[in-house]
Amino acid sequence: MNSFRTVFFSAVFLAISFLGFAKEKQTTQDDAPFDPKAMILHHVKDAHEFHLWDWKGTPVSLSLPILLWTDNGLTSFSSSEFHHDDEGHTIVEANGGRFVKLHEKIYQLDAGATTVAYDAEHHPTNAQKPIDLSITRNVFMMWISVALLLFIFLTTARGYKNSKDGVPTGIAGFMEPLIIFVRDEIGKPMIGEHKYKKYMPYLLTIFFFIWINNIFGLIPILNGANLSGNIAFTFTLAMFTFIITTFSGNKNYWKHIFWMPGVPVPMKLFLMPIEIIGMFVKPISLMIRLFANITAGHVIILALMSLIFVFKSVAIAPVSVAFSLFITVIEIIVTAIQAYIFTILSALYFGMATEEEH
Amino acid sequence: MDLITPGFGLVFWTALTFIFLLVILRKFAWNPILGAVSDREEGIKTALASAENARKEMENLTADNDRILKEARAERQAMLKEARDLKSSMIESAKTEAKEEANKLVAQAQAAIASEKKAAIADLKSVVAELSISIAETVVREELSDKAKQEKLVESMLKDATLN
Repeated sequence: MNSFRTVFFSAVFLAISFLGFAKEKQTTQDDAPFDPKAMILHHVKDAHEFHLWDWKGTPVSLSLPILLWTDNGLTSFSSSEFHHDDEGHTIVEANGGRFVKLHEKIYQLDAGATTVAYDAEHHPTNAQKPIDLSITRNVFMMWISVALLLFIFLTTARGYKNSKDGVPTGIAGFMEPLIIFVRDEIGKPMIGEHKYKKYMPYLLTIFFFIWINNIFGLIPILNGANLSGNIAFTFTLAMFTFIITTFSGNKNYWKHIFWMPGVPVPMKLFLMPIEIIGMFVKPISLMIRLFANITAGHVIILALMSLIFVFKSVAIAPVSVAFSLFITVIEIIVTAIQAYIFTILSALYFGMATEEEH
Repeated sequence: MDLITPGFGLVFWTALTFIFLLVILRKFAWNPILGAVSDREEGIKTALASAENARKEMENLTADNDRILKEARAERQAMLKEARDLKSSMIESAKTEAKEEANKLVAQAQAAIASEKKAAIADLKSVVAELSISIAETVVREELSDKAKQEKLVESMLKDATLN
C-alpha cells in the first residue's frame, strides 16, 4: 500500500511536470521540540523542492531543478541531490563549483573550501550566493496555474468561436460573468468608457492570475504553494502596474504630480514631493497589501494547526480544526477580494494616469 | 527579513511567465472573448431597437386600420341612409303617380260613361221615335177606316205617351 501510493503520486507528478521524484530515507528528529515559527516560515516561504508530506519519518517530495548563474555560467542540478538537507551539510559538486543549501538559499563555497564556516550570527563566511534562477516550488506552482489559466480561457474562447450566434457554451457560460464583471465593474468605471479597452487584457490577466494562485495557496495538499503571498510575486505584478501607469501618464497626469493646478505656488512646491512619493507608494501599497493578506491567512491557519503540536494534545485538535476551517472559509472570500482589490486599484491608477483635464 | 525581501529568481520567472501569459491570453482569449461579447451586446441592442421600430410601425398600422375602418363604417352608414331615402322617395313618387293615374282612369271612365249614356239616350230617342212612327202608322191605318175609333185611339195614345 505504501509503495503503491508512492508510485501513484510520483506517476501523477511526473506526468504533469516531467521532473524527478525523490524519496529519500532520512531520520527525522522527532524528539526535537516543535518550533511553530520555523514550521510556519518554512511553509510560507519559497523552497527548492516541493515537499508533499512525511511518510513514516521520510519526506515525500517532488524535486525541482536548481538553476544557478555562477562564474562558470549556468549551472543546473536536481534539488534531490541535497537529500532534503537545508542545513548546509550536503555539498553538491556541479560545473566546477561546490554548492550547499542553507535555509533555502543556495551558497557556492569559495574555491578550496570543503565545509561551510559560520560567523557568530550563523552566516556563512566562506561562501557566496550565486544568482539563483531555480525552478522553486512557487515557480512550479505558477506554471501549473498558467497551464490551468490557458486551458480555461482558451477553451472559453473556443466556446465562442464554435457558437454561431455568440452565445457562450460550456465553460464560457461560467467564465463570461466573471469577465464581464472585470469589464463592467472594474475597467469601465475606473478607467472610463473610451479608454478601458486598451487595459482590459492586463486587468483580466492579473485578476485571474492572482485569484487562481490565491486559491492554490488554500489547497491543503499544495501546502507550499504560497505564490501570491510571496513578496517577489506581488512586487513583480505591482511593478507591471507601475510601469503601465507611468507610460500611460498623459500631460494632465504629470501636471498634477509636478505642478498641481489650481493651488498657489507655495502649495505647488509643497505638493510636488508628496505627489512624487505617491507615485511610488501606490505600487508599493499594492505589493504589500496582497503579500500581507495572503501570508497572514496562511500564518493564521498554520498557527492554529500548530496549537495541536504545541500543546501535544489531540484534545485541542477539534478547536484547531474548527477555527482553521472558519479562517479557511474567510480566506476563500479573501482570495477573490484581494484579486479584485489589486485589479481595481491598478485600474484606478490607469484611470488617473489617463484622465483628461476638466 | 527574508520573508519581505523579493528573491531575484522568483521576480525573474514571474515577470517572464506573466508577460507570456498576458501575450497569449490577450491574443487567443481576451480579444476573441471580449469581441464576441461586445458583438453580441451590439446585436442585442440593434435587435431591441428594430423591435421597438416594428412595434411603432405596428401601432401606426393599427391606427391607420382603425381610421380606415371608421371611414368605411361612416360611408356605409351614409350609403344606407341614402338608399333608405331613395327608397322612400321612390315609394312616395310611385304612390302619387299611381293615384294620379287612377284619378285619370276614373275621370276617363266617367267621361266614357257619360258619352255612352248620351249615345244610349240618343239611340233610345231614335228607337222611340221610330216606334211612335210605326205605332202612329198602324193606328193611322186602323183608325182611318173608322173615324170615331181613329179619334179615340189618338186620344188614348197621346194619353199614354208621356215622354220622359
